Amino acid sequence: MKKISVLIVDDSAVMRKIVERSLRQAGLELVKVLEAGNGVEALATLRGEKVDLILSDINMPSMDGLEFLKQLPTIESAKGVPVVMITTEGSESRVVEAISAGASGYIRKPFTPDQVKERVASLVEGLE
Amino acid sequence: MNQRSNSSTTPAIHPHRPWDKHMEDATAEVFEMMVGGPIELMADAGTVAKGDITGMIGLAGALCGVLSIRCTQEAAGKIAYRMLGGSDTSASSLRDALGEICNMVAGNLKTKVPGVADSCMLSVPTVVSGEDYELYTMVDGERFQIAMNFEGLPIWITLSIHN
Repeated sequence: MKKISVLIVDDSAVMRKIVERSLRQAGLELVKVLEAGNGVEALATLRGEKVDLILSDINMPSMDGLEFLKQLPTIESAKGVPVVMITTEGSESRVVEAISAGASGYIRKPFTPDQVKERVASLVEGLE
Repeated sequence: MNQRSNSSTTPAIHPHRPWDKHMEDATAEVFEMMVGGPIELMADAGTVAKGDITGMIGLAGALCGVLSIRCTQEAAGKIAYRMLGGSDTSASSLRDALGEICNMVAGNLKTKVPGVADSCMLSVPTVVSGEDYELYTMVDGERFQIAMNFEGLPIWITLSIHN
């Protein structure tokens, strides 16, 4: 696995830690882990930092994951960065909405490290 | 939501196999994947939910009501400890963990009821804690409740839904 930097966006600090741990358990070597509690914070973070991969919750206060996805192209350094949505919703329509808005994939909570690996492996391998 | 059975504002608890089974399966899957500990039905827990911390989440749409998870601080601490791999069990992490468990159980439950996943929205979870409190919900419908055993401690899952 390549060494990558990630941004994890979730209003739950516990979930952010679990996502990070799952990425490491999936075999990813994380050289930098940035965290944000909602879409607004995530956009602000990305204005000053460049990452290789973004994992974002959908249901969040202030700015949810879908709006964050729509705003993401306004950040030059984030163009082309794969975004994996993480959701409890289990709703096909929400997943379709996320993919249409530019998400590269999704992970449904609850998840196992293997499921995380399955979702992000191909995205990480595709990174330059 | 009143997790005691003596309130006129709270529907009586109905033993209802499909709902109970959905709640049991949804909870067991979340614990298996995210907490990493076995959890199973606790038949001898009684009918009154007890505990000094409760996570709640609202459901709106095709399935409308409230799902709550009530347990002791000790049980919530064990959940947080396992979820975080023992790295942080502060009071805020404990509340955060229970809220997320509630969120995931509700989300998982939606997928088990045909036709509901796409037409039911979840609220942001809320966590209440204290030494002595009762929870009331104004839901005019039915209430389903199960108790599950997690490391020897009861975890109460209650679903109050509009008919």
